[in-house]
Amino acid sequence: MDSPLLPHGVKRCSTWAFFFWTLPWLALLAWGGLSAFLCLWKGLNQTNMSNVFAFALWIVFDLAVIALGAGAFFTGFLTYIIGKKELKNIINTAVIIGFICYSGAMAMLGIDIGQPIRGWFIFWHANIHSMLVEVSFCITCYLMVLAIEFIPIILENRKLEEIKELRLFGHNLHEVMAVFAATGTFLSFFHQGSLGGMFGVMYARPFAAREGFYIWPWTFFLFVLSAIACGPCFTILCTKLTEFFSRKKLVPDSAIQLLAKISAWLLSLYMVLKIIDYLGWMYGVVPRAGLTFESFFRQGPYGVWMVVCEMIFCGILPAVILMTPKARQHQGWLIFACLLNCTGIVLNRFLFIIVTLAIPVMPFDRFWSYLPTWQEWGIGLAVVGYGFLLFSAAYRYLPLFPKERELNPITES
Amino acid sequence: MKKGNDSGKPKHKYGMVIDLDKCTGCGTCMVACAAENNVSVRPDQSDKERTITWMRLYKITNGKAFPDTEVSYFPRPCMHCDHHPPCVSVCVATATKIDFNTGIVSQIYTRCIGCRYCQAACPYGARYFNWWDAYFPKKKGLDRYLTPQVSPRMRGVVEKCTFCHQRLMQAKNQAYAEDRREIEEDEYQTACTEACPAQAITFGDLNNPEHKVSKLKDHPFAFRLLERIGTEPKVYYLSSRGWVRRLGDNFLPGEYEPVVNQTWMEEEWSTKPGRDTF
Repeated sequence: MDSPLLPHGVKRCSTWAFFFWTLPWLALLAWGGLSAFLCLWKGLNQTNMSNVFAFALWIVFDLAVIALGAGAFFTGFLTYIIGKKELKNIINTAVIIGFICYSGAMAMLGIDIGQPIRGWFIFWHANIHSMLVEVSFCITCYLMVLAIEFIPIILENRKLEEIKELRLFGHNLHEVMAVFAATGTFLSFFHQGSLGGMFGVMYARPFAAREGFYIWPWTFFLFVLSAIACGPCFTILCTKLTEFFSRKKLVPDSAIQLLAKISAWLLSLYMVLKIIDYLGWMYGVVPRAGLTFESFFRQGPYGVWMVVCEMIFCGILPAVILMTPKARQHQGWLIFACLLNCTGIVLNRFLFIIVTLAIPVMPFDRFWSYLPTWQEWGIGLAVVGYGFLLFSAAYRYLPLFPKERELNPITES
Repeated sequence: MKKGNDSGKPKHKYGMVIDLDKCTGCGTCMVACAAENNVSVRPDQSDKERTITWMRLYKITNGKAFPDTEVSYFPRPCMHCDHHPPCVSVCVATATKIDFNTGIVSQIYTRCIGCRYCQAACPYGARYFNWWDAYFPKKKGLDRYLTPQVSPRMRGVVEKCTFCHQRLMQAKNQAYAEDRREIEEDEYQTACTEACPAQAITFGDLNNPEHKVSKLKDHPFAFRLLERIGTEPKVYYLSSRGWVRRLGDNFLPGEYEPVVNQTWMEEEWSTKPGRDTF
């Protein structure tokens, strides 16, 4: 039915099969749509957020998807600025994942604020001292950059390419992509950093507070590093998932291996710095506030096990696997390590958001618990549904993987 | 930053001293605060995670079993942190600011976008989000208690104690009308201060040596909540009981130093009822 829209020389499933594939994701979107409507109509009382958990599931989702989407800017940087040619085979995927993550996060933030209609106040009444302003400015601008990076991929669609003007426009955009890649790198660096800075500057919350360099707490640099360490791994995971569902090889191993190797080095460096950061915090910020490391974990379900998981099982372990060439080249180990790496970063964001707020600072205050409502899950999972939907459509209708034809020649029977 | 006068120092610095030995935990301060500042209520006020209590009363104990159990109450308004208030620098839309000339940390409701970053940054839990539309049940007559000088807050914004800022405005207007440049100590008092039946709350200008707060804050038994974090609150507490003062901050083993100066026993204010012997 939609065969004229499919790229030349590649095999795609039938329209009906594709339709049924989209149904669960559409269902997630519908759930999210209903939740969003309720939250906008009736207010944030539809959530289980409270004056204690001012930030909750959505912010965890936001920070997680933004970190995971860092593959876009970092792969763009490696491809267009550093000149790693192999990565041209995966850059389209990275850009689309980035676009999905950032646009999803923006949509979620729009619902998360109590007065969505006043969202523009961030730009109009900007408080230049606030890390969140830096985040908002950079994310908004970067989303535009991502959209510009996405346009030439869309214009490569078979039908759209038939229109001469659009084809020329797309090709010319390709030519200047290095400029946008550089802009994206600059913007992304600052908002990934300022997302970390947001928590590091909360000096009255000893669990999150960090010392730093000039106006930037150490979390600023650690968030950038952790994002570029896990972003490529998430791109690899998405590619492998697409290969699994489409039952064919889409990206040459050289590109995957290069990304995995770069991720390994960055993750290792991040781990070393993160250990130093933890030690500096444990022997600096924490005792100065009259607390000990254990005092943070006396109440509630959030224990030291979370830090152990973050650092050892989801940090050092994937770094070791990815650093070992033989393990990295083994498909199973590679996927396992990428999964652990991404989980570790999500856990890190969870610790900075939920655990920071759950731990009372006043000695006589109590620990409060929090469980999201179905509306909160609905909006969070809608981003997942949206991601699957957009990525599937992009895979179906756009030449997402330049080497797909070469790797999977269609034999005439 | 605007300077208050030629010396570059703020002219006024309004603050509060709460004597915890006098506080009986009656909650009048909370009620007076809510009535004065048009604080919205809920049909069910038991959900303490989402109700709004600018002035919140905590009950603390020394953790000992009967008969050694001791209880104290801890009224907690906004601390109006003096040094780099954690909430002010983080606010995205400049909806909260500290007034250099009064030291009051204010909230601009019509500018707040409800991102709640300030709530996350405040260690005192002094900031409250409006999870629902403002509600003043007519059947219970709450609508008739609304203060005309205070705007009720809309859903989706953060609010907090303002040291009854509207009263400062009124006092200033009065002084202006009477051709005076300064206001007297008793002309500007917060609702909680006025309402406290035990007179446990004292309010005034910490920079003015004539005001009672400026003397009380230097008392050996004075302390501030979470002082070592460095927020420099303008709300001080007094307690003769070591365990109460100890609960005002976090201490590593061996760090807490009890106050040994007991000359307060001879002072006039110490003889008021409700005070334990130390």
